[in-house]
Amino acid sequence: MSDAYSRPVPGHVPVLRLGDVLLVTLQGDLHDSTAQQLQQDLAETISRTGVRGVLIDISGVEIVDSFLGRVLAEIAAQAKLLAARTVVAGMRPAVAITLAELGLTLPGLSTALSTEAGMELLTQQTPAYRPGGPRQESP
Amino acid sequence: MHTAAGVEACLPIRSDMDLVWVRQHVRQAAAQLGFGLVDQTKLVTAASELARNTLVHGGGGQMEATHLSSGGAQGLRLAFTDEGPGIADLDQALSDGYTSGDGLGMGLSGARRLVHDFEIDSTPGDGTTVRVTCWAARPPRPREEA
Ligand SMILES: Nc1ncnc2c1ncn2[C@@H]1O[C@H](COP(=O)(O)OP(=O)(O)OP(=O)(O)O)[C@@H](O)[C@H]1O
Ligand SMILES: [Mg+2]
Repeated sequence: MSDAYSRPVPGHVPVLRLGDVLLVTLQGDLHDSTAQQLQQDLAETISRTGVRGVLIDISGVEIVDSFLGRVLAEIAAQAKLLAARTVVAGMRPAVAITLAELGLTLPGLSTALSTEAGMELLTQQTPAYRPGGPRQESP
Repeated sequence: MHTAAGVEACLPIRSDMDLVWVRQHVRQAAAQLGFGLVDQTKLVTAASELARNTLVHGGGGQMEATHLSSGGAQGLRLAFTDEGPGIADLDQALSDGYTSGDGLGMGLSGARRLVHDFEIDSTPGDGTTVRVTCWAARPPRPREEA
């Protein structure tokens, strides 16, 4: 069910497509340039594929500073302009405590405790008014 | 006993690759001195903010890490130094949300909240030094295995 899988290249974050959602897993310590490259890649991939959601798994990220925080917020903002929702999943408790104390509350960023919960958030968003309930467009 | 080996260092800050080394060094030094996970995360985050300011606003510089020991407590002091333009209005620079660039303006004020002690020394035209200190809440590994 996954196409658009790019090989893990140093300095490059792979973007995995799962149906209508792009899944990005951030690991370890990211260079500023890698984070910025990801931001650009995601905008291009969203507009090319027309996916409705972006799920960013940060459970493997040890610190989020104001730079990475801003990149995540900008990814969510640009995805919204391209008609996709963004959920940041799996933030470590120590990272959440630190971000709040740093003063970075990142309004506009949706979060979930796990990738499973994040995926649920992103795939449950069927408009309530659609008659006949949720419908699968393609297999 | 705790030796300074692996804790004390002077690292250059010239590129975003150097920011990665700074974070890794601070993480490893703080762990070695017995900092808990949350305190490690706070100190590494503060170091990341200050090192990026050294790089972006100060035009590059260095970080010096020093091991402190007081009454059995272990501390880590980090000094970020550059010879950049300096900061003319410290109060303004230290206020939440102030940025002279396109940042969020949370780096300096946020880093100050994340550490136990924060000192800033800046002379316009000469450069900036920011010194931060954190103490491990508990003395590290009291057993002989340390
Ligand atoms: N080392 C430095 N040399 C010169 N000016 C500095 C230095 N560090 C901070 N400043 C000044 O203080 C301001 C506030 O710094 P702060 O880190 O809070 O915000 P920022 O770097 O602009 O944005 P960000 O939220 O991305 O860190 C900067 O915009 C800059 O004008
Ligand atoms: Mg800054």
